[in-house]
Amino acid sequence: MIPAAFEYARAESVDHAIELLSSNEDAKILAGGHSLLPLMRLRLARPAMLVDIGRVQDLSGISADGDSVVIGALTRHHDVANSEVLQELCPIVAHTAGEIGDPQVRHMGTIGGSVAHADPASDMPAVMVALGAQMTIRGAGGASRTVAAVDFFKGLFTADLAENEVLTEVRVPATRSAGWSYIKFHRRAQDWALVGVAAVRQNGSAHVALTNMGQTPIRAAGVEEALNGGADPATAAARADEGVSPPSDAFGSAEYRRELVKVLVRRALEEALAG
Amino acid sequence: MTTTELYIGAEVLRKEDPELVTGQANFIDNHVLPGMLWMAMVRPPYVHAAVNSIDTSAAKSMPGVVGVYTAADLEVGGLPFVWPITEDIKVPVHYPLTKDRIRFNGDAVAVVVAETREQALDAAENVTADVTELPAVTTMEAAMADDAPLIHEELGSNITVHWSHGGAGDQGIFDTAPVVVQEHYHQPRLIPNAIEPRGCLASSIRSMGEFTLWTSTQIPHIAKVTLSGVCGIPEEKLRVIAPDVGGGFGSKLNVYAEEALALVLSRETGRPVKWIEERSENYVATTHGRGVTHDCTLAGTPEGKILGLKFVEIADLGAYYQLLTPGIPELGGWVYMGPYAPETYWFEFRGVLTNASPTDAYRGAGRPEATYVLERLVDAYARKIGKDPAEVRRMNFHPPFDVATTSICGLNVDSGNYEPALDRALELADYQQFRKEQQSRRDGSDIRQIGIGLSTYIEMCGLAPSNILGALRYAAGGWDAATIRCLPTGKVVVATGTSPHGQGHETTWSQIVADGLGVTPDDITVLHGDTQVTPLGMDTYGSRSLSVGGVALHFAMEKIKEKARTIAAHELEVSEDDLEYADNAFRVKGAPDKARTIPELALSAWHAHDLPAGTEPNLDATAVYDPPNFTWPSGTHICVVEVDTQTGATDILRYVAVDDCGTVINPMIVEGQVHGGVAQGIAEALYEEAIYDESGNLTTSSMTQYLIPGATEIPNMTLDRTVTPSTTNPLGVKGIGEAGTIASPPAVINAVVDAVSHLGVTDVGKPASPERVWRAIRDAKGGAA
Amino acid sequence: MTHVAVSVNGTPREADVEPRTLLVYFLRETLGLTGTNVGCDTSSCGSCTVLLDGESVKSCTLLAAQADGRAVTTIEALASNGDLHPLQEAFHRNHGLQCGYCTPGMLMAAASYLKENPTPTEEDVRESLEGNLCRCTGYQNIVKSILDAAGSMSGAKA
Repeated sequence: MIPAAFEYARAESVDHAIELLSSNEDAKILAGGHSLLPLMRLRLARPAMLVDIGRVQDLSGISADGDSVVIGALTRHHDVANSEVLQELCPIVAHTAGEIGDPQVRHMGTIGGSVAHADPASDMPAVMVALGAQMTIRGAGGASRTVAAVDFFKGLFTADLAENEVLTEVRVPATRSAGWSYIKFHRRAQDWALVGVAAVRQNGSAHVALTNMGQTPIRAAGVEEALNGGADPATAAARADEGVSPPSDAFGSAEYRRELVKVLVRRALEEALAG
Repeated sequence: MTTTELYIGAEVLRKEDPELVTGQANFIDNHVLPGMLWMAMVRPPYVHAAVNSIDTSAAKSMPGVVGVYTAADLEVGGLPFVWPITEDIKVPVHYPLTKDRIRFNGDAVAVVVAETREQALDAAENVTADVTELPAVTTMEAAMADDAPLIHEELGSNITVHWSHGGAGDQGIFDTAPVVVQEHYHQPRLIPNAIEPRGCLASSIRSMGEFTLWTSTQIPHIAKVTLSGVCGIPEEKLRVIAPDVGGGFGSKLNVYAEEALALVLSRETGRPVKWIEERSENYVATTHGRGVTHDCTLAGTPEGKILGLKFVEIADLGAYYQLLTPGIPELGGWVYMGPYAPETYWFEFRGVLTNASPTDAYRGAGRPEATYVLERLVDAYARKIGKDPAEVRRMNFHPPFDVATTSICGLNVDSGNYEPALDRALELADYQQFRKEQQSRRDGSDIRQIGIGLSTYIEMCGLAPSNILGALRYAAGGWDAATIRCLPTGKVVVATGTSPHGQGHETTWSQIVADGLGVTPDDITVLHGDTQVTPLGMDTYGSRSLSVGGVALHFAMEKIKEKARTIAAHELEVSEDDLEYADNAFRVKGAPDKARTIPELALSAWHAHDLPAGTEPNLDATAVYDPPNFTWPSGTHICVVEVDTQTGATDILRYVAVDDCGTVINPMIVEGQVHGGVAQGIAEALYEEAIYDESGNLTTSSMTQYLIPGATEIPNMTLDRTVTPSTTNPLGVKGIGEAGTIASPPAVINAVVDAVSHLGVTDVGKPASPERVWRAIRDAKGGAA
Repeated sequence: MTHVAVSVNGTPREADVEPRTLLVYFLRETLGLTGTNVGCDTSSCGSCTVLLDGESVKSCTLLAAQADGRAVTTIEALASNGDLHPLQEAFHRNHGLQCGYCTPGMLMAAASYLKENPTPTEEDVRESLEGNLCRCTGYQNIVKSILDAAGSMSGAKA
């Protein structure tokens, strides 16, 4: 279908975008558009205005910064996936970006859009949680704040982002050669994850987060606790369903997801810890 | 008369391709006429509701809106249903716009025409219906309950048809046989998903009462006859054109509300009216396939001999009948014996109305449903008696025959030789090697287990002998027609009554004619899909085009050659008996240099300066061919899978298809048909399913939830053929369009079950999603995964 | 209305369009380039694939306004100077199409991918097509066509 009518404005800068968002009710940010436009085409979303930030300078790019890698919010999945910096310093992010959608989607979709959309079935949010990524957010009057990924995802399609704020960058730790795994279990290559598991080793301990196992990406605290207590992957994975509230949908029931996640966490841990 | 076969049997590249690979094709949405309006349907979001009133006032005042119409505003009759399969069938009335009751998600209560696509869609959103929601009937079981809400109250029941067939042999065998296997199988609804959605454009010259309808259809000829009645347009004033059509798979073997409405509204407004279906709309407003359950019984011996087969089916017809709806399960009713030779046969089905989209033909139409349950049942039997499923099949094959033979199903089967395909498939699949690998993984309790599934099938194609269709109460005939015109410049124009939408008829037909008339495929133009250009035809469905339309072509060529021979004899001053047709020319016996080619004779016939007495100018001919019998392709498919017993995920490791479609005209096209058919069957077996929520709303309402597999999900296939020519027609052809879809679902599911049967699993539902496989394993283990 | 100026197949094109105009309808209806097809409304089928600054995108999930100032290549420009592109040749040679509706999208997706990876494996090619659905071919001959084209393109360069 064709979206319902809306006003369109092109932001010249982040502050301009914030100004447009502040002065128009029901305005939404358009980055790559690959989360928003499909909803608008089915008329499930009908914003009154789109603020296109696609041309704002300095919002895309990937660079190493000490023990972190900084990824501009407008950086496309395709560029994240192919980034030599990320492949070397934080390979799970590059790998996972290559698992999102399909090539055409990755040519348009952005890491910021994917994260800000806060879809629990999206791959990148769980990776951000497992990594302990930091989100940089700009608000009105040049105010800037930083939020940890685990706090950023507040609920179903709800991020810690006010109507007139813009996510500007994502900062992930350089994990370098530490072991990692992202397992995306899906029916078809182009589908969202039925269940996804992100596992990374950092400073000797493993961090695990789950895709599509609740309203937000879920940190598998029970698994991490067991691992820290010396449990082997199989034993730790048995606790993967603690604190989850997975959906039941056309792809699989909640009951199945609860069992599946244990299998996948075990496999992800074996892969991450082998590295 | 001998012809040189240069092109028949050769991999001639397709004539259709150049425009399709360059973006110059002419699909329906590319059609634009001056003054054209856009039409949008108003489908309120209810499953079952009484319509109290419809408010069109807001929509009428919106920008660009030319009109908003409800059923009360338009003169249009009920949509065609042409297959009342029994005398006492209950037939629901089905109007293009429902009058007082919404009966499924796709039911429209109003239609908007506006200046632009956007304006039509915007206005359609603003038509409101005041309704009283009614309890919805969302499953066949619920529909049959004594106190079920009635979907069409005037019919008095949701069970509208009961058809039974068989009774051959000793029906007592199902109680007395030493081995009796009983299984229950469910096959969910499928959404056909031609990648081009439907669409149409209607135009009229009101002063002349003349109408043209361009529509993305498989059946322009049938659409013309039926829409003439629905819309009150004299048949001779209605021209229907199928432009380039982006796939059909049965879903465009229909006559739909939007086609009738576009015609009527072009009359009403005096302007061309265009409608293009949205994909999400397609999921509710275009027919679905399958949606059946079967109770199956096999009677056999402990040694593996099948004595009797009995199938009792319930078919979900949906909320209305479309063109053929209850005819689909009936069509399957003739192949429940498969390639086997049981002594006893029984098939019956009940058709049930539900609050869902009407079901109708979907690639295979009745025959995949039948083949699936039969081949699952044979595997269940083999498991029960502890025999190799390949060997059980082999020992039950009907012996080879090359004279048409009456089958236990009551119809004549043209020819058959089933064992060579089985042998070849076993060889290509490395059957014994995979059995060893399977045993070793079972012994090792591996997480990933191997399964091997077979399907040996026959299908009934070449629809159809008109007298049989008449006996089955189908409203039309099953003939087809071809006209060949040999032009004076050496070129040939063929007008065929078939209506291709991806099958490559332009290429295949050219190959047949090139060999027959001694020209090249490039000399031939094939016209199709326009009722004014090809007035005689019965269109494309049921793997009929080659075995009916292609044979009509053959007989038209015979007429051409007969006339050409007369002219050649006259010009060469010999008697016709002194001529032979060799090396693409009529030659004087004993003096082969004295010769006339058909292009030469076409020129003579055109200038007509010196034709034999009584011979009309021009070299052209029309033939209409009514097949004396169906054609019966057959074959063996084998699927090897690896099942992850922890997640339930299935990977196909190998897929082998050995088909026998009789004589092959173009092996490349035949293989393409098998690839596509098998892919759709794999989709059916592992991915696709229309799912409804408890209220009867379609959950799998878009391509993101309805899982059409992509290139990473479909494996490479290994294909081969055996050739058992049909005895029905002089070309020896049988048909290949549906074989892949008929054969493959049971091969895949049998493989999945086989992979986990050692864990106690005896059945996995279709589609065998990871969750279904996981549950089957868990349940077999007694509840603990 | 929004003013959109796009280089389409090498030619500057501009128009005032409603902001909600999707790129695919801008191409098909404003510019009359009907070779790009629409098969779904959820960015699933890939029939509408075109190149944006040389990379494959789904033109049904892009506003025409987003393409402003950029370069779009459609199926109509895949052949150059009357010569079919090696991919078009290969699809024809290998029976990589049947009804042809998904074909322009398949070709554009493959054209984009082969620029990125000129010597793909079969698995690479299959993965590169994850955003394109075909209902006719079972993909086998599409994959074969793309591998064939990759071979002839790299051969031509060598």
